[in-house]
Amino acid sequence: MQTKKITFTVNGREVTLEVDIRESLLETLRNRLQLIGTKKGCGVGECGACTVLIDGETIDTCIYLAVWADGKEIRTIEGEAVDGKLSKAQQAMLDEGAVQCGFCTPGFVMSITSMVESGKQYTREEIKKEISGNMCRCTGYQNIVNAAERALK
Amino acid sequence: MFDIACYEEAQSVEHAIELMLAKPKARLIAGGTDLLLHIREGKLPDAELISLHDLTELKGIELEQDGTIVIKPVTTFSEVSSHPLIKQHLPFLGEAVDTVGGPQTRHAGTIGGNICNGATSADSASTLFALNAQLQIAGPSGIRVSSILDFYKGPGKVNLAAGEILTAIRISSENYRGFGGHYIKFAMRNAMDIATLGCSVICKVRDGNIIDDFRLALGVAAPTPMRCFKSESAVNGQPFSEELLLKTGQLAITEVNPRTSWRASKEYRLKLVEELSKRAFREAYQKAGGL
Repeated sequence: MQTKKITFTVNGREVTLEVDIRESLLETLRNRLQLIGTKKGCGVGECGACTVLIDGETIDTCIYLAVWADGKEIRTIEGEAVDGKLSKAQQAMLDEGAVQCGFCTPGFVMSITSMVESGKQYTREEIKKEISGNMCRCTGYQNIVNAAERALK
Repeated sequence: MFDIACYEEAQSVEHAIELMLAKPKARLIAGGTDLLLHIREGKLPDAELISLHDLTELKGIELEQDGTIVIKPVTTFSEVSSHPLIKQHLPFLGEAVDTVGGPQTRHAGTIGGNICNGATSADSASTLFALNAQLQIAGPSGIRVSSILDFYKGPGKVNLAAGEILTAIRISSENYRGFGGHYIKFAMRNAMDIATLGCSVICKVRDGNIIDDFRLALGVAAPTPMRCFKSESAVNGQPFSEELLLKTGQLAITEVNPRTSWRASKEYRLKLVEELSKRAFREAYQKAGGL
C-alpha cells in the first residue's frame, strides 16, 4: 500500500494525515475525519452530493484524489454554521423550504455559498447554471433556486 | 478506493518525461474528471498514475510579444473561461469550455486533458481546430510543435509517443485577431451532458459583408474532431446571404462521417451538422462585425 503524508485545512483546522494514494478526498473526509455531512451519491462527478469548497471553488470530492488536498484549504458543510448560527445559504434553504430528504442539501449549500461569496450578481438563469452540477430528486429545484436568489440578495 | 497500483507526482516537465520513460504503462493525470471515471469502471486495472495536478509550470495563460496566446494544458476550464486574455481575444473559446459538464467539472477538468484523451466530443477541440492551434509537445528528444489538425489518430488516440507530454497550446495572432466566433454544443440537456454534436465557426468580415477566412470545425461529426475545408473554400470571398448559409450546411454534410450511437443516429447527426453549421455561421458573422 502506497501512502502519502499530506497537510491541509478543513473548516479552518489544520490536519495532517497519512493517506492511501487510492483514496478519494470524499473517503478521507467521511471515513477518516468523520465529516459525514458531505455525501456520496453517484461516485462519478455528476450529482454534486459530495461538493466541497477547495480554495474557494466547488469540487466533486468523489473524483478528487485525497493526495491532491495537500496544501489546500477545504470547507465542508460542517464548518458553515458558526456558533449555532446558520450561514446565509443555509438559512435561505430553510426559509424557502428547499430541503426535502436532505441528501443533496450539503452540496447545494456549498454551491450557493460559493455564489454568495463571489460577490457577483446572478440572474435566475445564471443561478440554474451555477447549480447545474448538483442534482435533487425531491424538490423539483424551484425552491432551491428561490433559496439561492434569497441568499444572493 | 480507486484501483491505483502506483502514484507519482511530477515536479517538472522533465521529471514527468523521466517518470513516463521509467513506467511505460503509466498514464498522466491532471484534473482526473475523465481518467478517474475510467479507473472506477475497471477499464484501467492496477492503474499507474503520474500526476500533473499541482504542476504550476503547466498552468496559466500568457500573451507573447508577437501576440501568440499560450494556454498551458493544466489550466482548468473555469480558469480558461474567466481569464482576461480569453475574454478579450478568444471569447468564443471561453464560451465553448463553459459548456463542459457542470461547475464542479469545470473547476477540476483541464483543457489539456480535454484534448489529450482524444474524444471527438471534447468541447474545446472544435474551436481549437478552427483556431489552427499549435501544440507544443515535450519528449525525451526535445520539443516539437504539431498542429492540432494532425494530433488526433482515432477515437481516444492522439499523436503522443512514449515519454511525450503536451506542454502548451499556442494560438498565433493571425489565427484570432479580427475573427468573430461561435460554438454550439448540441446535447440532450442544458448541462452535465456530452455533446451529441459540437460546431464551431470563426470568420472575418471585410467590406461590410464579404466573408474572409471562414473556418468550420465539428466534434462528433467523425471519429475525431475535424475541419470542413471544402465548405470553407466555397464560402471564402462570398458576400453573406441566406443562400450562402444554406450552401454551407449542404456542403458540410458531404464532408463529415458521423456514426450512430446511443446518443443519436447518423442521420440525426447529419441534420445537426447542416443546421448547426448555419446557426454558428450566422452568429460568428455577426460577432465578426458583419452587417
